[in-house]
Amino acid sequence: MGGLANATLLAAVAVGSVRGAGALMRAAWPRRSPAAAILLWQALGLATGIAAVGALLAIGSNGQRAGVIDGLATLAQRIADGRLFDAHQSVLMSLVRAASLIAGLALLTVLWCVLFSAFATAVQARRRQRELLALLAYGDPKVPGALVVDYPTAAAYCLPGIRSQIVVSVGTLDLLAPAELSAVLAHERAHLRARHDLVLIPFTSLRRAFPRSGVATQAHRAVALLVEMMADDRALLARGMAARGLLARELATALLRFGTAGTDHAPVGALAVAEGELTARVNRLLTPPRPLPRAAQATVFLAAALLVAVPIVLLVIP
Amino acid sequence: MNRLGDLERAIMEVLWQTDSPLTVRQVSNGLTQRNLAHTTVMTVLDRLAKKGFARRERDGRAWRYRPAATREAYVAELMLTALEQTGDRDAALARFAQSVSGAEAVVLLEALARLEEGQAEGDSGIGLWEDWPTRHCSPRSR
Repeated sequence: MGGLANATLLAAVAVGSVRGAGALMRAAWPRRSPAAAILLWQALGLATGIAAVGALLAIGSNGQRAGVIDGLATLAQRIADGRLFDAHQSVLMSLVRAASLIAGLALLTVLWCVLFSAFATAVQARRRQRELLALLAYGDPKVPGALVVDYPTAAAYCLPGIRSQIVVSVGTLDLLAPAELSAVLAHERAHLRARHDLVLIPFTSLRRAFPRSGVATQAHRAVALLVEMMADDRALLARGMAARGLLARELATALLRFGTAGTDHAPVGALAVAEGELTARVNRLLTPPRPLPRAAQATVFLAAALLVAVPIVLLVIP
Repeated sequence: MNRLGDLERAIMEVLWQTDSPLTVRQVSNGLTQRNLAHTTVMTVLDRLAKKGFARRERDGRAWRYRPAATREAYVAELMLTALEQTGDRDAALARFAQSVSGAEAVVLLEALARLEEGQAEGDSGIGLWEDWPTRHCSPRSR
């Protein structure tokens, strides 16, 4: 296979992955098996990045006979020898290749830097959170194991790390009944146990890197929602079979109270509303959908593995 | 060290309680724990100044300390960052839920009322939701 064919295939994988992300966004099954859907989102993100960078490098590396990686090595050798332009090629073609190579390397650098800076920012912001919590937060018997902050608005979140913390505002204590509070704590503990923050960071960074990209923004929203659904599920699984229905109901009530905390009264008049994220979670808790069948889940895992493997293979093979 | 953390917190409380900048001795007197060495309090105040939580200024031969910001300002910073309501610092935290507005809030209020009604009647709650449409929701009066 020639270098150009590889480039075309890689570009096709990149475009296909973005399209696939669009389809996944509209699909109804992710809420049935959020973990499988998150894996597919991660694979789509990784495949898009590898394929887009790979396609540009494939054009730029002039790999007529060899694979992209070999081609890049040859190119580096030529540059070292002081023969940047191939004598057999037209100047225009050489310029196109050089531009493509630079674009590919630039994209790779941007993606890498963005991911790194998102991690660094998150680590720094969490350190600051810890410092502030040490000065401001206190324990309360209503929420054993959690920290309380004097803030009137309802808020509950978890701070992951070696010494992980669950933080709730005084507004939350005022808003929720004791059973609902313990349901919220179970949900947050599920986040911490599964290190869901690590799942979120790459998508947060993508959204920051491409703030105008609809796909990046929506991918972040979709994954954030799936992570919440996963924590809802895990909180329920941590309880015995008999207690699950009750906990689901308490969690749903807590969600509804959180969601409507800012709304004082219901305006009159019927309105058609597209289902929001909170509504989706409440519905899911009260009428749990059946998880995907084993075979379907296996298919999703296989698809995710192929998505990542194909562009890597295309980069290596001649 | 946890004890040092507790002391930092107690000292910030003393600083937040007064409007005027305090000397090390005044801070010591304000603490409930009275038997602390002067140097200990000074060290902690120094640490707080280094972390940016306290500001210090010369007053003759002594330093006077005051908080860099009010307690409320720090609470606001803590919560707004966590809730991602400030654009600059993204902690990538998982939040339980955020409040919604407009039409969805109205629908959710109705759902909450129905759920609470069901609770009062001892209903299991699950059956209530079967007519709840998945894609589009509208209040009862539809």
